[in-house]
Amino acid sequence: MTTHYSSEQLFKLLSEIPDPEIPVINIAELGILREVKWNDNLCTVVITPTYSGCPAMKVIDDDIRTKLNQIGITNIEVKLVYAPAWTTDWITDAAKQKLNAYGIAPPAHSTVDKRALLGKLHELKCPLCHSKNTEMISQFGSTACKALYRCLDCKEPFDYFKCL
Amino acid sequence: MNLQEAKFEYLLRLGDSSLIIGHRLSEWCGHGPILEEDIALTNMALDFVGNATALLTYAAQIEAKGRTEDDLAYLRDEREYRNLLLTEQPNGDFAATITRQFFFDAYLFFLYEGLKLSKDEMIAALAVKAHKEITYHMQHTTEWMYRLGDGTTESHQRLQNAVNDLWAYTAELFDMDEVDAILIKEGIATDLNKIKTQWEHCVNEVLTKATLEKPTTTFKQKGSREGKHSEHLGFLLAEMQYVYRAYPQVKW
Repeated sequence: MTTHYSSEQLFKLLSEIPDPEIPVINIAELGILREVKWNDNLCTVVITPTYSGCPAMKVIDDDIRTKLNQIGITNIEVKLVYAPAWTTDWITDAAKQKLNAYGIAPPAHSTVDKRALLGKLHELKCPLCHSKNTEMISQFGSTACKALYRCLDCKEPFDYFKCL
Repeated sequence: MNLQEAKFEYLLRLGDSSLIIGHRLSEWCGHGPILEEDIALTNMALDFVGNATALLTYAAQIEAKGRTEDDLAYLRDEREYRNLLLTEQPNGDFAATITRQFFFDAYLFFLYEGLKLSKDEMIAALAVKAHKEITYHMQHTTEWMYRLGDGTTESHQRLQNAVNDLWAYTAELFDMDEVDAILIKEGIATDLNKIKTQWEHCVNEVLTKATLEKPTTTFKQKGSREGKHSEHLGFLLAEMQYVYRAYPQVKW
């Protein structure tokens, strides 16, 4: 009864799953969902963690199974892969805009940009008032993927999705 | 010792060190000197425990005796643990935790850089991932070395004490034995002599900039490669393993 789905259709379906910590973007936009394979019997879903210890991976695993169960697919294998290693460069531009609108400043540069290593590339725009007059409060934030900043003009603190 | 046994042993060394330092850092939860630091230390703990999970999962696969990563973490006793002595040392004051972390981060930074080229695909993949995270941690710990070392008279003194106390545990980081020899030959492991030179260079530079004295003692604490630990590990394991051992079938 479920054989009329293609791998592409299932990928699209699973793309609807929001990230548990940042629900405005989905797991495909974030680059966590890598591949979906369906061979009329077994559904193999390949995911990769953002950070090694990201506690959201278990929730995402559960969400994938629930979603597939809803359309009658019960034989599921969720595979966790580490290569290639996840990078913020995979976050799509559309998703970066969604992050910004949600109040999280998106990753400011590509990880291949060597200037970032020397700390010379930190001009973050406040997602609320768009001022560039901002400073870091804490290198680590509310989740493994974020740092904490504040805007010196509108005085609001905001999350920054750090580059990895 | 065959290749499979050497690989299992090597993965335990990497995985156990990550697990134990991760657990130590997690002990700061709710006790950090400031809120931001509480968050930083526990974030790092999360990365290390995650990294340990991946390494021990792979170790269990290589061993192929039906054990899981949880069995390896929760059902082994002190003498079966292969973590570096440095990682099990108590948190002490904030200066001691930062110093322990800085010594260890600098070690892992160069070690994982080398392991990125490992001929074992899984080890190489985990090295790439861990190296990114360690680089971020190291920016944080290095900054604290400068701030505390080149800070007030008291912060300087506390950091110098920590450096002196922990120094004896650093020589062991570079010990090699049969396990390393087998894996280096296969292109799987990294030669720790090379890492030692890089580590010493990096540590000297940071100590100098932090206005700290490099200890002159050559006394060396060792034993972790054979499972001989300091008295601190047993207490740590008792706390970490209690629930799993008391309720063997528990799920949450």
